[in-house]
Amino acid sequence: MEEQAKDYSHINGWGIDADPKNDPTYPMKHRTNEEHKGYTWERPPQQPITMEVLHSIERPNVSAVFGTAMPPSGLSGMIRRFAFKYSENSYLHWLPLLVADRVNVVEGLIEDVAGGKVPNIFSEKGYSADWDHNRSGLAVRAAVGAAVVGAIVLMCAGEKNRKKWFYQLMDR
Amino acid sequence: MLAMNYRGPKRVRIDHKPIPEILHPEDAIVRVIRSCICGSDLHLYNGNVPDTRVGSTFGHEFVGIVEEIGEDVQKLKVGDKVIVPFNISCGRCAFCKQELYGNCHEANSQATAVGAIYGYSHTAGGYNGGQAEYVRVPYADVGPTVLPEGMDWDDAVMLTDVVPTGYQAAEMAGIQKGDTVVVFGAGPIGIMAAKCSWLFGAGRVIVIDKEEYRLEFARNYSQCEAYNFEEMDDPVVFIKKTTDWLGADVCIDAVGAEAAGNVLQTITGRKLLLQAGSATALHWAINSVKKGGIVSIVGVYGPTDNLVPIGNVLNKGLTIRANQASVKRLLPRLIDHVQKGIINPKLLITHRVPLEEVADAYRMFSEKLDNCIKPVLIPPSANM
Repeated sequence: MEEQAKDYSHINGWGIDADPKNDPTYPMKHRTNEEHKGYTWERPPQQPITMEVLHSIERPNVSAVFGTAMPPSGLSGMIRRFAFKYSENSYLHWLPLLVADRVNVVEGLIEDVAGGKVPNIFSEKGYSADWDHNRSGLAVRAAVGAAVVGAIVLMCAGEKNRKKWFYQLMDR
Repeated sequence: MLAMNYRGPKRVRIDHKPIPEILHPEDAIVRVIRSCICGSDLHLYNGNVPDTRVGSTFGHEFVGIVEEIGEDVQKLKVGDKVIVPFNISCGRCAFCKQELYGNCHEANSQATAVGAIYGYSHTAGGYNGGQAEYVRVPYADVGPTVLPEGMDWDDAVMLTDVVPTGYQAAEMAGIQKGDTVVVFGAGPIGIMAAKCSWLFGAGRVIVIDKEEYRLEFARNYSQCEAYNFEEMDDPVVFIKKTTDWLGADVCIDAVGAEAAGNVLQTITGRKLLLQAGSATALHWAINSVKKGGIVSIVGVYGPTDNLVPIGNVLNKGLTIRANQASVKRLLPRLIDHVQKGIINPKLLITHRVPLEEVADAYRMFSEKLDNCIKPVLIPPSANM
């Protein structure tokens, strides 16, 4: 702090009214002004970097420890690598990450099917909770879903098929 | 081991995953005994947090038993029962040294603005979370606190996030004796913030939400007034009227990105993702507080940006205070409050669900089915 005061000695009155007790971060921050020394603390040992870890360009390094949940991979990984070329201040960081998340969902489905697993969407969406506690809501949702799917199928079927189905329905 | 597995927006399932390993000399592996679903997990569940990767395991509120420790861990030993704060902190960086344990600089490479949080996307460090049978806990000598004698697991798991975040919301609000405090949101955090506001000497505490069962819970648990904004023409005018037309001394946003109540905010923030969530509660907080008042934000928003009435913040001379809770800093005081019966956090738990039914638990919490306030997941290995 003394050094800083010297640095500002050319400014008349610098720090004259400083009052540490008038700190809007009190008591959330036990103020020691550690950060005034810059990025100089003794860092914890570095976790071995045995996989690809993307890091914000707003810092010079990978943090001493890091999560290893899902390293970037596939097309979504390529998009994430692109996103990390931009700072957290940029839409070019966050929007590609959201796109990558959606691409990753499709990759997840492909991975499931390729691994011989057909995802149970009803179960994954937790609809049995609706069955237990909100049966009418579930019925409405199912009816709306069926109507939308029916409409799409009808729109996709050619004029010829639509007429054929209509006449078959009338014959009954 | 069994672990929750995120598959895409509103799709999760239980899967088998490898048991985590020690990756750093200061790591521990913890066997999970209780794990909660947090309201902020719903931002991930709904696909609103950038860099939420398929295959991740969520869960930042958990307690358990130490199964294994790294070679440099000195304070914990195998078999210790631990409360694990939701934020991962090194204890050595400039921010940790100032007790900003939610803002550690040595645990999250992927976003400098965000501290590291278990199971909260790669934007929060890429760690797998506690909705599983086992979790890797970095910096095991810093964050985890040994469970005090006599404290049960249900109280303990609420001390990992809900109690500290609710308490810090009230603390940041700088409440003075006699102040009127308005809390937006009657979820677990809002209910706890209302409860804790009294501890700072609030003269009047008001909770605003739209779920009647939650409002009723808040009235009973937090001993406060609670009102349904769907029964008001305008919640801001309601607050003004009930505070003799001046506004509340303090407003707390305990909702965050999933807020209802404003069509424009809902469409742009929650449906189209053009904002980092719906900032309705924050609007109401800024506009309801008294001139020169304080707005405390603990509701979670995404990392991009939101439409907020910043002009009113200037014109009213407001102070805005916000942060992720510094759990480690607050734990000693809050453990004491729980042990003395001043706070009884486990009363907030409405559902205890086997981990295997995690998808149903998310659905129930997300859709507020069966009067759900706080679901807790119990892994099969919890009873070993």
